Amino acid sequence: MAQYQNLFTTVQAVGPVHHGVELGHGNSPRTGEPLIVYWAGVIGNAQIGPIYLGGLGVASLILGTLAFNIIGFNMLASVNWDPIQFVRQLFWLALEPPAPAYGLSIPPMNQGGWWLLTGAFLTASLFLWWARTYRRARELGMGTHVPWAFAAAIWLYLVLGLFRPILMGSWSEAVPFGIFPHLDWTAAFSLRYGNLFYNPFHALSIVFLYGSVLLFAMHGATILAVSRFGGEREIEQIADRGTASERAALFWRWTMGFNATMESIHRWAWWFAVLCPLVGGIGILLTGTVVDNWYLWAVKHGVAPSYPAVFPAVVDPATLSAVKP
Amino acid sequence: MNYSNFLFRVLALCSIVLLSACERPSPTSVQHGYRGTGMVQVFNDRAVEQRTLANELPMALPAASTDGPTAGKTYQNVQVLGNLSVAQFNRLMVSITSWVAPEQGCTYCHNPANFAADEKYTKVVARRMVQMTQHVNADWKPHVAETGVTCYTCHRGQPVPEKIWFKEEPQNLRADFIGDRAGQNLAAASVGSASLPSDPFTPYLLGSLDIRVNGTKALPGENRHSIKQAEWTYSLMTHMSQSLGVNCTYCHNTQSFSSWNNNPPQRATAWHGIRMARDLNLDYLEPLTATFPVERLGATGDVAKVNCATCHQGAYKPLNGQSMLKDFPELAKPAEAAPAKLVEDQPSAKKKG
Repeated sequence: MAQYQNLFTTVQAVGPVHHGVELGHGNSPRTGEPLIVYWAGVIGNAQIGPIYLGGLGVASLILGTLAFNIIGFNMLASVNWDPIQFVRQLFWLALEPPAPAYGLSIPPMNQGGWWLLTGAFLTASLFLWWARTYRRARELGMGTHVPWAFAAAIWLYLVLGLFRPILMGSWSEAVPFGIFPHLDWTAAFSLRYGNLFYNPFHALSIVFLYGSVLLFAMHGATILAVSRFGGEREIEQIADRGTASERAALFWRWTMGFNATMESIHRWAWWFAVLCPLVGGIGILLTGTVVDNWYLWAVKHGVAPSYPAVFPAVVDPATLSAVKP
Repeated sequence: MNYSNFLFRVLALCSIVLLSACERPSPTSVQHGYRGTGMVQVFNDRAVEQRTLANELPMALPAASTDGPTAGKTYQNVQVLGNLSVAQFNRLMVSITSWVAPEQGCTYCHNPANFAADEKYTKVVARRMVQMTQHVNADWKPHVAETGVTCYTCHRGQPVPEKIWFKEEPQNLRADFIGDRAGQNLAAASVGSASLPSDPFTPYLLGSLDIRVNGTKALPGENRHSIKQAEWTYSLMTHMSQSLGVNCTYCHNTQSFSSWNNNPPQRATAWHGIRMARDLNLDYLEPLTATFPVERLGATGDVAKVNCATCHQGAYKPLNGQSMLKDFPELAKPAEAAPAKLVEDQPSAKKKG
């Protein structure tokens, strides 16, 4: 009997492929013929497609593709239209936001105009995709938990690229579109605002990030471990607890005194995941607008620890009148 | 089908490819701040060994007699070092040849028919460089201390020091419609292959733009520095870290990069180093631009300039802190022909005054 003791799914239940249920008035037909892919079955469902595109999906994809291409062509132009350098340096290339001197005005295309346009297209694309997830969830008679979780991520995106730059009065405060450049931006953001680790909302965000990882590992492991007792039928076991559910509960109660239930563990997971970008966004929004130097803020409020001196006292040479700054 | 075995092989192959870009373990870490502050220097023993070999000092010639007439009186056109005895002067000339032009010999700078002539640009530059060395040793003690520098600190047996910098060629923007990199976003060797701004030298080691971007107050109000400025500072600091072969925590307590509380004293030394490089670039190297032939100039027609790597070359103390100056005290003397403006700018000169 198959027992879920592998890294990958060892059971592939494959029936006749199907398009899914009939959809009501106002819905588009689904696109593509479904096919069975063994390797997809190893990590998920073996059936690929069909996909529901619809008006929102098509509009979102068009705008998203536009944004993606503007970024890509700016990157290609930045290496003098050399396709080899484009591939070689892809992770280093970026589309930069305008320089600080432009404030919130609309700069020339090559001085941040492309960045602004890309941001507009990408934001519109994300909003349309969000509406699509909401509509699809409703059409399938589901709750709207997925769209609202997605909205939490969009919130963080908007704080970084729209809300905070507007509050700071400068598009230059926003994130560049690029792999390494956006990571450099992240480091520079912390450097400029006096160490983000002293930002309590950043700390909270990390708690929820690492917490999500912990919960995911605990939950995934628990369910796999009791699958031999039918534990993967989680939803039925919310109300109708079987031996799998009982054993899983006992395991955690015995090891740490408290256990979630088949229902509540999913609420734990949802809230941890959603709170990560939610509080993170608050932390970003406060940076530069309400607090300029998080280290000094933490010193002021007794949060930053002070360590015993191990070096001879060093005086900032710039404060000595005998030397030029 | 045994796909897990197949996957294992693919993963193993990928890890070999990935790890081949890294240094072979295992590194040595040395704690040098208070525990819990993460102030640790990480060294790779093999790299340290290589650095030790690369930083061996050349043999110094035995000290020469101070007796006899001075070089200034014996030779013509001796504008610096004229107060040395002929024996001392010749000892230094031979040493400079071995430090700077060991293959080319005396004629790299001198006309063999007339050693006094200034017709070769290299002789004019060399004279100014001797003055620069004296200036560094006499007036930049907060950075070079008593260890000092000689020609060898930068040249290491090459007529043109290996680690120099030129202004970056401006990006070809064509119609200036698309693809402006804003001076960054390429794997730049000058900043450890990061995508940071690739020429942090022009604004900070030639110009004197604000390196400090942090505010001195917790709440906003006075500090108008942008995140983009922070990236430029970050870029300069990456250059320093790379040139000295150290991490950020060699100079900084990263609890707060701007605070001077609980910082290693090396940070103050480095602070003077930035000013020293700027001083040398402005007062010694840029004025030589017209002296150099075009092929020695950079893409934008600028002269070769110094940054931290020029002397340090991967060691946190150039030549691993060994002093060559003690064998050449004539290079420690104040520059005789330094313009008056220089004296004003010198930190130690000001302290005296």
